[in-house]
Amino acid sequence: MILDWLRGRERGSARTAKERLQFVLVHDRAGVSASTLEALKDELIEAISRHVEIDREGVSVSLTKDRRRQRLVADIPLAERRTAKH
Amino acid sequence: MGAKVVTVTSGKGGVGKTTTTANIAAALAAAGHRVVCIDADIGLRNLDLVMGLENRIVYDLVDVVEGRCKLRQAMIKDKRVPNLYLIPAAQTRDKTAISPEDMIEVTAQLRRDNDWILIDSPAGIEGGFRNALAPADIVLIVTNPEVSAVRDADRIIGLVEAEEKDPPKLILNRVKPDMVRRGEMLKAEDVLEVLAIELIGVVPEDEQVLTASNRGTPLALDGRSRAGRAFQAIARRLMGEQVPLEEFAAEDGFLRRLSRKVRTGGQPA
Ligand SMILES: Nc1ncnc2c1ncn2[C@@H]1O[C@H](COP(=O)(O)OP(=O)(O)O)[C@@H](O)[C@H]1O
Ligand SMILES: [Mg+2]
Repeated sequence: MILDWLRGRERGSARTAKERLQFVLVHDRAGVSASTLEALKDELIEAISRHVEIDREGVSVSLTKDRRRQRLVADIPLAERRTAKH
Repeated sequence: MGAKVVTVTSGKGGVGKTTTTANIAAALAAAGHRVVCIDADIGLRNLDLVMGLENRIVYDLVDVVEGRCKLRQAMIKDKRVPNLYLIPAAQTRDKTAISPEDMIEVTAQLRRDNDWILIDSPAGIEGGFRNALAPADIVLIVTNPEVSAVRDADRIIGLVEAEEKDPPKLILNRVKPDMVRRGEMLKAEDVLEVLAIELIGVVPEDEQVLTASNRGTPLALDGRSRAGRAFQAIARRLMGEQVPLEEFAAEDGFLRRLSRKVRTGGQPA
């Protein structure tokens, strides 16, 4: 209980500050805004759909970092193959 | 082998660059090193006031660059510590009065007969910052535990890396240990994790900083205040000593771990 209480205190505004910073810096460093990322995602969906059937709802495009190295990560789930042989 | 040029910069204004420059310079000189400070904040001269040398200014950095005086004539000798000099900024000109090449030239002349050249950078990422950065061997980035200051520091780190300088080192200034304890202020570990650079010192919020600048006597000349001791520790780390993080900062386990990293010069995990 005391541990819970201590942990609760840890969740002050500093934690929010850190999370917000991590998010904004990933975009700052890449020079890519959140809205650019959305536009990129829409275009990726269009381009890939022309060749492969994908689960449009499940697509995610995000920036990540390991130390100071930026990465653009796209996760594109394929559509369920309803016509697959049984 | 000549002086090391240390540029103190930040991105955001008002985070403590001038305070840091004056105090590290005083601490290095008090340790017997030969130190010259250059105020590169053209048009917003301030280092002279913080060092208490404002009444002695005859010539400034722009006078040197434009050939109106010899370098030596623009060097104001400190009243208290031997081997400490200030080259003040011009107050009535702007940053376009000097170029990065001018800064490289001026520091080149100073390198032979000194141990340290400290450059107080203006805020921002434009001309004045570029001037201050050009001759740097070591870049110290001052920030506060506050989102906008940390974001600006990150921008500066990127610009320093783009110039192919060594990775800058971080000074986290104005830390309030009680707020950190309550989880209401970013701690050193958080800021280092976000910025991914090495720490060279943590300076607490301290009223003595203001009284010292009121008087024009850098705090680091005596070790009676917490901030003064923190600046002294940074100077010693610059001189290559292994100095653990100050007690006030090493209040919990991870900061103790961190302080070990600082001593061994390692990267924080
Ligand atoms: N550790 C500190 N504790 C309390 N006040 C500080 C501290 N560091 C800086 N200050 C105050 O913050 C203000 C801005 O500092 P200054 O060194 O002029 O910043 P900069 O050169 O980055 O603009 C000054 O009033 C200074 O006295
Ligand atoms: Mg300043």
